[in-house]
Amino acid sequence: MSRRDIPEINAGSMADIAFLLLIFFLVTTTMDIDAGIPRKLPPKADPNIKPPILKEKNVFIVNVNKDGVILVEGKDYMKVNQIKDAAMAFLDNGGGKGKDGNPCNYCEGKRLEKSSVHPNKAVISLQSSRSTKHGIYIQVTNELVRAYNELRERESQKLYKESYVDLLARAKKNPKNEALKIKVETVKERFPMLLSEAEPIKIE
Amino acid sequence: MPAVNTASLPDIVFMLLFFFMVTTVMKDTDLLIKQQIPKASEIKKLEQKKLVSYIYVGKSKDGKFGDVIQLNDKIAEIKDIRNFILDKRSKVAQNELPRLTTSIKADIKNEVGTIFDIKKELREIEALKINYSANPSARIQ
Repeated sequence: MSRRDIPEINAGSMADIAFLLLIFFLVTTTMDIDAGIPRKLPPKADPNIKPPILKEKNVFIVNVNKDGVILVEGKDYMKVNQIKDAAMAFLDNGGGKGKDGNPCNYCEGKRLEKSSVHPNKAVISLQSSRSTKHGIYIQVTNELVRAYNELRERESQKLYKESYVDLLARAKKNPKNEALKIKVETVKERFPMLLSEAEPIKIE
Repeated sequence: MPAVNTASLPDIVFMLLFFFMVTTVMKDTDLLIKQQIPKASEIKKLEQKKLVSYIYVGKSKDGKFGDVIQLNDKIAEIKDIRNFILDKRSKVAQNELPRLTTSIKADIKNEVGTIFDIKKELREIEALKINYSANPSARIQ
């Protein structure tokens, strides 16, 4: 009896099969990038400690009501795209002396008497009602955070001729580099993020 | 003109295939709620997924009124958040505890009041690092 040869399997269609699978995975893959606006909540309120009294001129009040109408400082109605500039003007005002008693020597604002005295004393207060929509609330938060980021960007360029984003990225890559850490801290300290999210008011 | 040798084509394709098979992440939690995440420009990526607890907030799928909270695979209530976070803490090494983040994934139509109740609960148990989940968008002019 003659042995029959085992026929070779035709591998010509292998590529097609692989392609089909490849396309399936290409389509179903979602590069899940989870991102968001990082915030830090204030620690639990201690009933024994009274909250510090802030001067009215050092607080920038942004109020978003249930219909998404934005009222700034109790008198100006604004659109989302106007908030950032108003917040920057407030933070950058530098009309007086800061925490350590020194005036703000890096501020480029108008130094108005009735606006904030120093970035380290200027507080932005975001107020809302309980039925304000999360979407508009995030948009406003985003613009306020952006005001800080743009000011920090400016300071970073002035001090180190480097963008703040790059500086942060480099500091993260080299966590042991103390010089970079100090640079980041210096920029942050110039415009500390004093952004308070007040308890929403219930409107019946 | 000589024909191009395509014998190595399956190999190349297989290599790509394996790459995608390995990198594909099958979504681990099924959303039981409807949601549309807001857009923002000042966002940062969440790096280590195992240090992040997700709180989903949205509208219920059957169209019922009000905001619904989802933790893991279950619809939950505000008071369940405490155990959810404490549970997460117990699974994480001691030195990584300060880096634990809570990501609030909420729908644009949710009420700020609901989100605030969540934040209040998080403050109670000192889970202070939070992240408002948002999709990237360009800065508005």
